[in-house]
Amino acid sequence: MTTPEGAEVATSAPSRDPWAVLRQATRARVALGRAGDGLPTARELEFRAAHAVARDAVHTALDTGRVRAALAAAGVGLDVLEVHSAAPDRATYLQRPDLGRRPAEGTTLPCGSYDLAVVVADGLSPRAVHEHAAGTVAAVLERLPGWEVAPLVVASQARVALGDPVGEALGARIVVVLVGERPGLSSADSLGLYLTWGPRPGRVDAERNCISNVRPPHGLDYAQAADTLVALLQASRQLGASGVVLKDEGVTLPPGAG
Amino acid sequence: MTIRRTTLGGSTYEFPSLADLLARATPARSGDVLAGIAAESQAQRVAAQHVLADVPLTTFLDEQVVGYDEDDVTRLLLDTHDPAAFAPVAALTVGGFRDWLLDRAAARDEAAISGLARGLTPEMVAAVSKLMRNADLVAVARRTRVVTGFRGTLGLPGRLASRLQPNHPTDDPVGVTASILDGLLHGSGDAVIGINPATDSPAQIVALLQLVDAVISRYEIPTQSCVLAHVTTTVRALEQGAPVDLVFQSVSGTEAGNRGFGVTLDLLAEARAAALELGRGTVGRNVTYFETGQGSALSADAHRGVGGRPVDQQTLECRAYGVARHFEPLLVNTVVGFIGPEYLYDGKQVVRAGLEDHFCGKLLGLPMGVDVCYTNHTDVDGDDTDALMLLLGAAGCSFLIAVPGSDDVMLHYQSLSFQDVLTARSVLGLRPTPEFEAWLARMDLLDDAGRVRELTPEAPAVQALLAAAR
Repeated sequence: MTTPEGAEVATSAPSRDPWAVLRQATRARVALGRAGDGLPTARELEFRAAHAVARDAVHTALDTGRVRAALAAAGVGLDVLEVHSAAPDRATYLQRPDLGRRPAEGTTLPCGSYDLAVVVADGLSPRAVHEHAAGTVAAVLERLPGWEVAPLVVASQARVALGDPVGEALGARIVVVLVGERPGLSSADSLGLYLTWGPRPGRVDAERNCISNVRPPHGLDYAQAADTLVALLQASRQLGASGVVLKDEGVTLPPGAG
Repeated sequence: MTIRRTTLGGSTYEFPSLADLLARATPARSGDVLAGIAAESQAQRVAAQHVLADVPLTTFLDEQVVGYDEDDVTRLLLDTHDPAAFAPVAALTVGGFRDWLLDRAAARDEAAISGLARGLTPEMVAAVSKLMRNADLVAVARRTRVVTGFRGTLGLPGRLASRLQPNHPTDDPVGVTASILDGLLHGSGDAVIGINPATDSPAQIVALLQLVDAVISRYEIPTQSCVLAHVTTTVRALEQGAPVDLVFQSVSGTEAGNRGFGVTLDLLAEARAAALELGRGTVGRNVTYFETGQGSALSADAHRGVGGRPVDQQTLECRAYGVARHFEPLLVNTVVGFIGPEYLYDGKQVVRAGLEDHFCGKLLGLPMGVDVCYTNHTDVDGDDTDALMLLLGAAGCSFLIAVPGSDDVMLHYQSLSFQDVLTARSVLGLRPTPEFEAWLARMDLLDDAGRVRELTPEAPAVQALLAAAR
């Protein structure tokens, strides 16, 4: 059986607990022990805590004031506009993805001519937006001197595809949506970045590029994410496209690209 | 097209097609709302159930939900329909069929119920399930017998097997091994040791197949392995000489859905033939494994039937069982609660769907297991999965999926834990497959009462197994 080098080193120092080596190789919850046929209380409560944090991350309301303050503190000088999707509340949002993909009735946005629009969307983890959106936006913008960037849109009850009508309305050639990703048991604050060239309703996932797991210090940090995104943005602008085609063209990405 | 109508509480309800009637009669779930075909009121739902109860079963042979000419799943189902197996219930309506099933279940007449399988179409089974309460679904499934085998025998009375799912985010061999050993020490893995690979890379698939095969061979475990890659990747690995026990594929209830999965019926038949030719089974020759789940067709926009009208997700799920049945699987499981709240919103919907899927699959002749699971954006928790697990155990479910500590660190969702399976077995008096139970005894992992022992890391049995990782 294959054993990576790290494990060989560890086995050379004999341990009374044969699980010590195995635990190093996985975050899976192995060797939890038992209370009868169930889990010991401490393990049971650990699991519940992880689930509770993830559930709360999904159901936290997006605090747009907090996002504005964080953007200002990070030195992002763009005007900020607020948009709500057609999903009026969280329960509807969760059951009707179609409503989260379009703006509420009567939404108007000022149309201009921009290289880029940035949409910050709560998605399935408003907490990820609260914690990581401003830092990510600041890192991206400082790498894009000379780009005309539209007013930044903060969107509530929003899915990735909301960026399509929003980007189109703003008159942007590319839209980047920063969105709270579905919380896992050990990652309730993960932000995803989605790039779409020529935003308009009807774009499909194959026409987008994604960078996942922006979540310092455990996942990608803002600089890594921004380096990757900017490489994709430049390639997208050059090719006039995004998505699978960008990968096929062999765009070289910095290490750590998701 | 027949327009069916009834009056309930002073209002008249009309159902313009069989597909519409089935959809409106379906117990509430978010996916049918999303598709725009759910009942618009409770009364409309019950009115549809009244009308459906009076529909003769033979109607489902004459009137299609998904057209014969435009869908190869419909052609497969109708072309392989067995009139002799259908004969005992051929004169019944859907409502009469429900009564017949409950009657035979109460009489413990397993042979009568189990013998129907090839005579039933998925639409008939979906229809009757819509008239049944949860306990009906349990009672009848419990009296439906489906036995399959490869290195172990699944589906015997009084047995509950489990799939040991040792996923790892990078397919790290030591990490995967850690989870396999943890599962074996908890008496899991008799249905299959089945890994969802992190990538579909052929080299990685071969490496994982070799890893699990080495564990199974080293300890002579009477179980089978599976790496749940796309069927074409598995066939390529098999042709290169990799130790493939089972060929796996996700399947759908429409031709368009299967196209979305990148498979055709011919491709599945070829894969099965290739695995059969290896002859790696010892007690049986069932060499396929399929996964399904309500909502998968809708999520792929492959949920339309006659006239382009949407079909409800539970009827489509049953049609996927019709596909699976054709390839004589060792294992089939629905993944209930993984796909998200837009298809099954909360614990009530997940429990209901899990019991429907199990009942329908079994009645159609499948060795039915369930992945009892949830994501963090669904309104489901461990209490809900406990309820479904125990109900499925009572219903004679073939196998349940289990992961270390309920936490799948690769797919990022929660399934049952190894401890949960122990709980289900002890509460309901169920045991592993006979071959696997004998192996557990040989490895000194069972106590005098036949229960999986709680062992310290120092115990010789633990040390012996864990030596594999060194």
